[in-house]
Amino acid sequence: MENRVLGELKATANAIRKDIITMLAESKSGHPGGSLSAVEILTYLYFKEMNVNPSSPKDENRDRFVLSKGHGAPVLYSTLAEKGYFPKEELMKLRKTNAMLQGHPDMKGTPGVDMSTGSLGQGLSVSNGMALSAKLDNKSYRVYALLGDGELQEGQVWEAALTAAHYKLDNLTIFIDHNGLQIDGTNEEVKNVNPIEDKWKAFGWHTISIDGHDLLQIEKAVEEAKGTKGKPTVIIASTVKGKGISFMENEVGWHGVAPNAEQKEQALKELEVLK
Amino acid sequence: MGNIATREAYGAALAELGEKYKNVVVLDADLSKSTKTHDFKKKYPDRFFNMGISEQDLIGTAAGFATCGKIPFASTFAMFATGRAFEQIRNSIAYPRLNVKIAATHAGITLGEDGASHQAIEDVAIMRAVPNMTIVNPADALSARKAIEAAIQYNGPMYIRLGRLGVPEVYKEDIDFTIGKGILVEEGKDVTIIAAGFMVHLAIEASAMLKEEGISAEVIDMHTIKPIDKDLIIGSAKKTGAIVTAEEHNIIGGLGGAVAEVLCEEYPVPVVRVGIKDVFGQSGKPMELVELYGISAKDIAAAARQAIAKK
Repeated sequence: MENRVLGELKATANAIRKDIITMLAESKSGHPGGSLSAVEILTYLYFKEMNVNPSSPKDENRDRFVLSKGHGAPVLYSTLAEKGYFPKEELMKLRKTNAMLQGHPDMKGTPGVDMSTGSLGQGLSVSNGMALSAKLDNKSYRVYALLGDGELQEGQVWEAALTAAHYKLDNLTIFIDHNGLQIDGTNEEVKNVNPIEDKWKAFGWHTISIDGHDLLQIEKAVEEAKGTKGKPTVIIASTVKGKGISFMENEVGWHGVAPNAEQKEQALKELEVLK
Repeated sequence: MGNIATREAYGAALAELGEKYKNVVVLDADLSKSTKTHDFKKKYPDRFFNMGISEQDLIGTAAGFATCGKIPFASTFAMFATGRAFEQIRNSIAYPRLNVKIAATHAGITLGEDGASHQAIEDVAIMRAVPNMTIVNPADALSARKAIEAAIQYNGPMYIRLGRLGVPEVYKEDIDFTIGKGILVEEGKDVTIIAAGFMVHLAIEASAMLKEEGISAEVIDMHTIKPIDKDLIIGSAKKTGAIVTAEEHNIIGGLGGAVAEVLCEEYPVPVVRVGIKDVFGQSGKPMELVELYGISAKDIAAAARQAIAKK
């Protein structure tokens, strides 16, 4: 991509990170670590790749995105708000009673959310249904999903992995946000999911491994996925949990804890410098 | 006409209605010969999807289809749909109120020989407790056919409870099948028997037995268990003053529970529930199990006498 576009995407990613920090500090509840690790992936999809239109969020020909790791809601909400699906003021009401933005994504209440998620392991099956539907109707839209690496411990993921390969869903591309950490520790400590790429290969998928914070690598992988016929593609994105905030990076404790006022200021300062 | 199982009527209805309703897609989990979705598969192979032996994926994939405007029927045995895939039904279908029909066959102990592991006797209780879920349990082949068309026309999650065992015709002529409205099958004045599914025809048999004793029983086919037809229940309770419920399900949380909840709050009369008495089933011939677990026509008639005695 052009340098100008890359610069714009980086600025957008930075703005999304700031929104994530601010909204979580405001709600005093939510999941920063796994939201910050997925910022570049969502930025690329929503601002460079996907055929979506915030003024027509239910367009039947739009590309779909399923946040299977639903606890990453803050990154989805920040991205959707940045894209213009709803006013940014909503972000400050995250997780509050009678507000739009639920703790985990709610497709009925939030414009731009293509599927309600939150209970892990369910998003890939749903994405398969969307991709099968596209094939049945000869529609050209593509389906994207983001799964966590800890989420791969859910059995349903592998049921769905078989389905996508069996039905040759080459209109489906999924990302694994491979930050290596889950609530109780590292993936290896809790229940080892590695080697991730070998598993998906064995399940009949086209696999690509990238640095999930490198927008150029994301672009290359997505283009490769679009050119891959007869198989679904999984992009295993190595990421850093808490990416961009020094004291959150690779800290397992920042899975589901919101920053306090002081931590918020510190985090925003760090992001200001990055910009 | 011979006895037809509601699962067979379901399969035939799908195959017939698939022509008119092009948005219907059917998903199964390696049981299409048993659930009878293979009739649809033969006719419309492009719209049939075998998910293999993976019920959670079956339900999730159906949800994905529904988000794209399809009307998916997801079929497997009642045990696996509501047991194995409960949380997928709750979170991927009911919570977002997606237009998925869970057509679950082989419900209850009349599944017979396969035994307790396969006999869903708690599925209605499980589905009743889920917000946004509608539950339909047709009594015979005609009402099953009607239920499937009504399900296609209804927009929202629905659990359709179907049986393995062939059942006699309850309806000889066309009926008005409206979701949420029970059907008054026989009018009576001494006691009301409210039944669902396979049990409706046993309720009719029980009513005939009672008639010989000079007892006039009203029989209601409560094909929609949720939302339940409160007006019909209360109206009949006012008329007869005694209610018997009959279901091929645990007496906890099913039709009997639903009817008792309405009457306790709105119009208390004696209620006697006929159902499986909070025990697991076993292998055996369906009608032998019906006798053994105390849900036969004779048991319904006995319950009716009890209910009348309590007035």
